[in-house]
Amino acid sequence: MSAAGPGVPATSRKDWASDQEVRWCPGCGDYSILAAVQTLLPELGVARERTVFVSGIGCAARFPYYMSTYGMHTIHGRAPAIATGLALSRPDLDVWVVTGDGDALSIGGNHLVHALRRNVNMTILLFNNQIYGLTKGQFSPTSELGKVTKSTPFGSLDRPFNPIALALGAEATFVARTHDMDRRHMMEVFRRAHDHKGAALVEVYQNCNVFNDGAFEQVTGRAAREEMLVPLEHGQPIRFGADLHKGVVLRADGRLEIVEVADVGESALLVHDERREDPGIAFLLAHLARGPFEPTPIGVFRAVERPDYGSLVDAQIDEVRRRKGDGDLAELLRSGTTWSVGEPAS
Amino acid sequence: MTSTVGRREGRDARSLPSVVIRFAGDSGDGMQVTGDRFTTESAILGNDFVTLPNFPAEIRAPAGTLAGVSAFQVHIADHDILTPGDAPSVLVAMNPAALRANVADMAPGGVVIVNSDAFDERSLAKAGYASNPLEDGTLSGHRVYEVPMTSLTLEACKPTGAKPRDAERSKNFFALGLLSWMYQRPLDSALEFVATRYATRPLVVEANSLALRAGWNFGETAELFESSYRVPPRELAPGTYTNVTGNTALAWGLIAAARLAGLPLFLGSYPITPASDVLHELAKQKHFGVRTFQAEDEIAGAGAALGAAFGGALGVTTTSGPGIDLKSETIGLAVSLELPLVVVDIQRGGPSTGLPTKTEQADLLHVMYGRHGEAPVPVVAASSPAHCFEAAIEAARIAIRYRTPVYLLSDGYLANGSEPWRLPELSELAPIDPAFATPPARAGDGEGTGEFEPYARDPETLARPWAPPGTSGLEHRLGGLERHDLTGDVSYDPANHEKMVRLRAERISRIASSIPEVEVDDPGTPGGGPSPLLVLGWGSTYGAITAAVRRVRARGLSVASAHLVHLNPFPPNLGEVLRRYGRVLVPENNLGHLARLVRAEFLVDAIPFGKVAGVPFRVGEIERAIVDQLGGAGSGEAGS
Ligand code: SF4
Repeated sequence: MSAAGPGVPATSRKDWASDQEVRWCPGCGDYSILAAVQTLLPELGVARERTVFVSGIGCAARFPYYMSTYGMHTIHGRAPAIATGLALSRPDLDVWVVTGDGDALSIGGNHLVHALRRNVNMTILLFNNQIYGLTKGQFSPTSELGKVTKSTPFGSLDRPFNPIALALGAEATFVARTHDMDRRHMMEVFRRAHDHKGAALVEVYQNCNVFNDGAFEQVTGRAAREEMLVPLEHGQPIRFGADLHKGVVLRADGRLEIVEVADVGESALLVHDERREDPGIAFLLAHLARGPFEPTPIGVFRAVERPDYGSLVDAQIDEVRRRKGDGDLAELLRSGTTWSVGEPAS
Repeated sequence: MTSTVGRREGRDARSLPSVVIRFAGDSGDGMQVTGDRFTTESAILGNDFVTLPNFPAEIRAPAGTLAGVSAFQVHIADHDILTPGDAPSVLVAMNPAALRANVADMAPGGVVIVNSDAFDERSLAKAGYASNPLEDGTLSGHRVYEVPMTSLTLEACKPTGAKPRDAERSKNFFALGLLSWMYQRPLDSALEFVATRYATRPLVVEANSLALRAGWNFGETAELFESSYRVPPRELAPGTYTNVTGNTALAWGLIAAARLAGLPLFLGSYPITPASDVLHELAKQKHFGVRTFQAEDEIAGAGAALGAAFGGALGVTTTSGPGIDLKSETIGLAVSLELPLVVVDIQRGGPSTGLPTKTEQADLLHVMYGRHGEAPVPVVAASSPAHCFEAAIEAARIAIRYRTPVYLLSDGYLANGSEPWRLPELSELAPIDPAFATPPARAGDGEGTGEFEPYARDPETLARPWAPPGTSGLEHRLGGLERHDLTGDVSYDPANHEKMVRLRAERISRIASSIPEVEVDDPGTPGGGPSPLLVLGWGSTYGAITAAVRRVRARGLSVASAHLVHLNPFPPNLGEVLRRYGRVLVPENNLGHLARLVRAEFLVDAIPFGKVAGVPFRVGEIERAIVDQLGGAGSGEAGS
């Protein structure tokens, strides 16, 4: 998605904040995501009046109220569908969708996968906190097996979704992950997502400190990060850990394995290729960790070019117009069999 | 009359004021095309007509079974008619199942033309006939003509060298040729149609053309039929006419509305019978700049249309009953956002999947009330196939002017039925002003505060500003949470909620001032007073009610009628009209939806008269109900 144009007046972070008091729980990860977006937007050279945030229902869905742009806080799960209509009818706009794990993956799962496979020009930020926050603490479609919540007092029996794998399965053209503890990383991933033409999905690990505190602490905590986050960089061998001592190799049997670089040599490591047409390796990377307690890749999993849906829709309209000429209503009404009364039939 | 094929000799054509013909066959037999072409031929001759297609819900039900029968009824006349006719006087049956499924509907003493080749033992058994109805006296009340259509068609198509299995498929054109002879319709337009429709398949063009001519010639030479008939042209107002189905007229009306408002048209839809044809028609009209979006589901269709409306388009979503269930939450959101949205409900038989291909009017209370909270939505209903054009424009006008979702009701009967339509003068259609918001005066410029207030209302209409993205200074956030009056900020204030609920209701009721008064057709009693009974209708019952009222008056009885296009709000004079009459009868294809609404609103004792058989009212049914209400007076049932 990119609607930056020349002649857009320079803005600062505060120009993008609305006058509404932010009402997330103190300490909620949403604050830092909001700050990252508001800090990024002035750098993108986009105009406020051409930017729209669309959301569904959930804690994350309050996001549009805090932005000084155009915005729509809609109904549960439907934001991608509503944003699709907006993006198709207004290709000049920057359309952002802010959603959560329940909103995007449970009640709205259908709309998410279809927006992704159509490649509608929008940037989807999926705040994943692995819990239902707004309804006060039920398990979500990303909660881990066995999770004890108000609605699962004896532990959840639902296998969680892996949002990255789901997006890749839907043939999404841009899929990335970041987390709420690292503003720089968020800004970089959001920038890439915004600049991508087509549907971009960013999973943001977001801490809900009230109902699921520390869900990602084992991988995003300051002390843990170095050994537990696996940064993906296009064209680079996949390495992590102190002094990058660990790496990822692709085994002959099609499995990924984490190894000591010293044991295999740097040349044996998997080189990350986000532009690979075949999403297979990205899918393997999505499953590198079974959950946010094992080394977890972050960054851009996949970024491939494919025409966005809106451009195809408009190109088809242009093509038909070129062939048939601009529609003439009087002619349309006469396109069936017609006959005249009151004058000699011709 | 002249024709390219055959010349009338010997036998004279007898003149008839009207005739009701039903073509029936297997769903693969091409009966819809046959009926449609016969209608077009009649239209070109200047007849008035009304059609009633009737097809099975299954795409390919087993051949030769009752479930697989597809039929097309057409009523043609030399005068103004309003319905497809109560009972066919002519039935063309291509096989035993078609005969069995339709013969009971026929008028006594009718004409039955059967494809006698299809009456073999197997086909009879499939249709559930224990013995051959052509031989066992079943049809003794009718004049039966046995025509070996299959073998005559095969014979006629021999020169093409087509395989019998392929050539046999032209037998519907044989039937069309024969009926064209019987009613003296020239074959020119049918031949032309065949040549264009099958242009890429020359063999099919040849076979169908030969079959058409063979059918005509058979009638001319077989000496089987005593006579042919003429249905002379009807006197019509001067103008250009076309034959239009409700769904096509509705699609065109949406395009016209978008043009009148100067807005791009966006349709979000999901395929559903009987609404899909609106999607199909609009998908063809890309050169009008129409964006059609076949969504992943009904909810997304409505959502995308609402998103497009936020972006400044005329957003439309089309569906039938089951889709309305699914879209209801989105429509509630549109009520809260106060954005224009046209929601088209082509009603079909319910509940649940119900009768997908059959007609009903039982969604009225659903569209009136089927949302949580206080969520009033205007409702407009089309009353005939051609009226769908005007009704679509009216729904869009209300949506845009009052910033509200609007329900546009049609039904399966209007969707697929057709009638002649005198094309409107486009320059006479009133423009629709979208009146987009303009940036507020800046602080210091006098009265302005510089703040845009997305819920500041027009004092007359109570409509709020429509401010699509793109204008600096109008940035605002909408949402489904209760808004503060004026600023549009989220507000949980009790007094504000009460105010907003009442404002939304008041805005919808003020629409009444922009709609025409309901017209009452009442010649009055001989004494000069109003008639003792008013027949009140809405939607597709218009034709049957009007025809029934005419018949009752022909018996010398006094009865008034009125038909509603606007069901929410009602026309401003409706209460006064209802109170003028001692009795109000409300025929509807449901169990009394409108009757309940007017009782609740006006405290009048409206009498419901419902029919929920999946087919429209017959004129005679309403006629009898009216006569009953009038105390059973009158001189027996009037003729057709
Ligand atoms: S409930 Fe959780 S996710 Fe919601 S605002 Fe509070 S901390 Fe954030």
